[in-house]
Amino acid sequence: MLENKLKGVSSSNSSKFLSRHIGLSSKDQDYLLKVLGYSDLQDFIASVVPPDILDPFPPMDSLLEECSESEALENLHSIGNENLLRRSLIGLGYYGTETPAVIQRNILEDPAWYTAYTPYQAEISQGRLEALFNFQTLISELTGLPIANASLLDEATAAAEAMALSFSVVKKPHATRFLVDEDVLPQTLSVLQTRAEPLGICVEVEAPNTFQFDDEVFGVLLQLPGSSGKLWDPSNCILKSHAVGALVTTAIDPLAQVLLAPVGELSVDIAIGSMQRFGVPMGFGGPHAAFFATREAFKRQMPGRIVGQSVDAEGNTALRLALQTREQHIRRDKATSNICTAQVLLAVISSFYAVYHGPHGLKQIAHRVIYFRAKLEQCLVQLGYKLSAKVCFDTVEVLCDNATKVHKLAALKGFNFRVLPIGSSVEDATGFGIAFDELTTENEFDKIHEILAKSIEQSYQKLPAFDSKLESLFPGIPLRKKPWLQQGVFHGHQSETELIRYMKRLSTKDFTLVNGMIPLGSCTMKLNASAELLPISWKQFSSLHPFVPQQQSLGYQKLVSDLETWLAFLTGFAGVSLQPNAGSQGEFAGLLIIRAWHKYRGEMDRNVCLIPTSAHGTNPASAVMAGFKVVAIQCDLEGNVDLNDLEKKAVEYSSRLAALMITYPSTHGVFESKVRDACEIVHNHGGQVYLDGANLNAQVGLCRPGKYGADVCHLNLHKTFCIPHGGGGPGIGPVAVASHLCPFLPGHPLSHCGGNQAIGPVSAAPFGSAGILPISWMYLRMMGVEGLRQASSIAMLSANYIAHRLNPFYPVLFKGLNGLVGHECILDLRSMKRKAGIDVEDIAKRLMDYGFHAPTVSWPVAGTLMVEPTESESLGELDRFCDAMISIRQEIEAIELNRSDLKDNPLKQAPHTLSTVTADNWERSYSRTQAAFPLPNLRQNKYWPAVSRIDNAFGDRNLVCSCAPLEDWLDN
Amino acid sequence: MDFNFPANFRFADSHEYAVLEDDCVRIGISAFAVDQLGDIVFVDLPEVGTALTRGSSFGSVESVKAVEDMFSPLTGEVVERNESVLASPEALQNNPHEGGWLLRVKPNDASQLNDLMDSETYSSKVAAT
Ligand SMILES: Cc1ncc(COP(=O)(O)O)c(C=O)c1O
Repeated sequence: MLENKLKGVSSSNSSKFLSRHIGLSSKDQDYLLKVLGYSDLQDFIASVVPPDILDPFPPMDSLLEECSESEALENLHSIGNENLLRRSLIGLGYYGTETPAVIQRNILEDPAWYTAYTPYQAEISQGRLEALFNFQTLISELTGLPIANASLLDEATAAAEAMALSFSVVKKPHATRFLVDEDVLPQTLSVLQTRAEPLGICVEVEAPNTFQFDDEVFGVLLQLPGSSGKLWDPSNCILKSHAVGALVTTAIDPLAQVLLAPVGELSVDIAIGSMQRFGVPMGFGGPHAAFFATREAFKRQMPGRIVGQSVDAEGNTALRLALQTREQHIRRDKATSNICTAQVLLAVISSFYAVYHGPHGLKQIAHRVIYFRAKLEQCLVQLGYKLSAKVCFDTVEVLCDNATKVHKLAALKGFNFRVLPIGSSVEDATGFGIAFDELTTENEFDKIHEILAKSIEQSYQKLPAFDSKLESLFPGIPLRKKPWLQQGVFHGHQSETELIRYMKRLSTKDFTLVNGMIPLGSCTMKLNASAELLPISWKQFSSLHPFVPQQQSLGYQKLVSDLETWLAFLTGFAGVSLQPNAGSQGEFAGLLIIRAWHKYRGEMDRNVCLIPTSAHGTNPASAVMAGFKVVAIQCDLEGNVDLNDLEKKAVEYSSRLAALMITYPSTHGVFESKVRDACEIVHNHGGQVYLDGANLNAQVGLCRPGKYGADVCHLNLHKTFCIPHGGGGPGIGPVAVASHLCPFLPGHPLSHCGGNQAIGPVSAAPFGSAGILPISWMYLRMMGVEGLRQASSIAMLSANYIAHRLNPFYPVLFKGLNGLVGHECILDLRSMKRKAGIDVEDIAKRLMDYGFHAPTVSWPVAGTLMVEPTESESLGELDRFCDAMISIRQEIEAIELNRSDLKDNPLKQAPHTLSTVTADNWERSYSRTQAAFPLPNLRQNKYWPAVSRIDNAFGDRNLVCSCAPLEDWLDN
Repeated sequence: MDFNFPANFRFADSHEYAVLEDDCVRIGISAFAVDQLGDIVFVDLPEVGTALTRGSSFGSVESVKAVEDMFSPLTGEVVERNESVLASPEALQNNPHEGGWLLRVKPNDASQLNDLMDSETYSSKVAAT
């Protein structure tokens, strides 16, 4: 009794996380319900969600009741302590690195960086665009290739993107051979194989000097340095590849590239790799930024986002995303790739790592690493170990009889060496490998020396001094000769005072969740709570190498198993894989699983994937990558999937039907009442239902895809489950499947994961971006099932409030049951184009003057805005948004009534910068006050866009995606 | 909006125009299509000598926001392409019916032109959208 009462006391509202996460007080909730005409929240939800899918949700024992922030943190801390911290010198694409404290504190841990969205609204994103431009400059300088993108998901998928690009540009009908260096990273090879098979590409693994070239070869991948550490001069191999018309991709190590001749000078076509060792913690495999650079000729085939330079309305230099027509949101099933969310925050961190160290500092780090490698070789020879004759960068591999002993002694001293052969156990080891990194010191080296001496029963002897000049450490390897990274930004910020001011100068240009609501539809820009983010900086999570022995990662295993269980429960499915690094990768994995299931049942001919025209661009792009043929399904006038068309196509393709991809609630923001019927139609014709779970924020705790007919769904932990968007990544796109598909969940060559008939890995690391899983774990733990249900309900309450307030001014395009929308709504602005010449873009830009980030522009319907407020916004903020939209509507009306000029009006001229409105001359038809302070409350709190309207066409016609070196700046 | 479609032009449903000049047909895209696309930033055209088939794609045009395939209004062989449009796509933007033409094609059968819409029909079709 007493206990129960006390329990009530301790979980009083103020200590509950729920009331911190949800923006509306219970009083405000009541007010909204009253405005909408409902007596209580349950009544409201029963009117939004179709009754045949509303789920009673049994309580879940293992997803305990919600708990406080401190309890959850304590809980997670003890889980973290089950991860054993050892010094991992395993390498294989993951290295120890020091995240400079100034970067950790002012970028990684600063919401002004991590809560930003992808910089589609360039005028209010100049800060991260500049940081990404620095990233592209860095990549371009490292690789010697002129065109670099703003990150990809990981090294392995970047290699797969290079393979796909080569395949599509070579365009020779019989060229299906892709030759891969046998010294490739094992996880890269597996991902290449996963991605090659559905496209009909044949991956062949050989030593490059035995490559069999003929005109069926369309591409070649060389790993430089190789997984064994080996470096060699690839010039000859490149010549031979080009002779048969094949493109050459090199997977490179950015730290080695600091010293080596840029691969672009050796005329490679594409360079890819991971920037992890530039200051990004290993995090048990991710998230890390991969890079992709290529020649000018392939810029239109390049996957991923590119930041390009352009000019604004005043002629100032300004940055924005360039050449967007390459991307899936425009080109759909003809896109060069399905990538959408990438790794922006990590790219920003690694670009700042280069700003922090400058070219000289980077060179010292790289030099120190090879110095230790050379010293280790010398020590091994002295001890009598046998070394193969090759030149290496940071890694030494040794085959020896006493390998097991070496590993055991190393373990005793707190080290993990690479076990050879890769993937075998310490007991079966026939050798060891050691990969040095930035963190290695003389002291650490002495310990390693001692281990190696002891294992071979020799005494430790001091090494003689040796020649540590680069030329002698790298005999026969082309080295970097010319000065590089001469751009001012990599030189002026070595003092922390300057650096921190630069970081702040950039971040204050950006509009993020710290400035105000970001009501982007389909993006779920909810609170990213500090308590959720704290644990990602804990060493117990951040410093683990993904390939440590299993008994060292028990904490991660617990985290993974908790999340798999909880997410399976919430979606109503039997199994979950956390491996996919983004929603796009979840889609790809899910479709491959469906494909594998059909194949297993002997129905390989099933290759048609039905996709509604309203689907997100990643859907058709992923389907093509998974080897499917896309057939479009129309939508009806209410925005629902047209069931007649679905039935018709299902019948037409009955024997070939593989899957339907459907988004629920639909991308049109409504709960279609016939979703069960749609699933049934597809099942009746032998197909599987793939549900795009991007809109799960309307469902968690209320209904479950696995229970109303879907077979597979992906989730975006970076939408519904609080991982911040980071300005365009990181993300996690877990895939959840029904029991008959569990055997096919993705596996990994170096880890126990996936089903017993697993499809190949879709990410480099077994658990993808494991390092940020603590964020979603904290959220779920603190909310509990009840809290999650509350969150979904409030998200829909807020969306309906906005729809209700704005409908008289901007018609809400689609409504579901009882005239209600789901967790987002589409505002139709097309009449304003006709009557006042106002484009949806003009309104998006004008919102900046009112201190808002625009909703989603022209997607999924051109000429509309899609608004998603989430559950985290307060009534004050919702009203501020509605007031701004209504005020803008009045400005448009003035144009319609000819009271305002068609061109010289505050919308067409938006956004207005501080510099514009304070200029000495002002010759516009409206006042400065109307320009910058159209509503009085803006005088108290004003966000200033950094630049005026950006000219997109200019930038796309003249692509500039990296900063010219200093000399060029001076010349101008 | 008035697009001024020249009277001697013929138009396809997919907004390409064709006009017979001497024994060659000049091909481009209509001012209406250009207006719909917005700022054009890139044009992709086939090499001289390429054989075109009526109704199949011969290239693409990209604006900042969209990319569209272009379809050949008739069967024939490319004898010339407008290099100035390739070099600066603004030329297409500024004057789609004249300086912004795309290809000159030697038709296999010039009478295929008769299957296309005349300027008046096209004009009223466009006005209705
Ligand atoms: C409906 C829908 N599907 C898929 C995706 C792709 O997810 P991601 O960006 O994580 O790859 C998105 C992302 O915005 C989306 O809104």
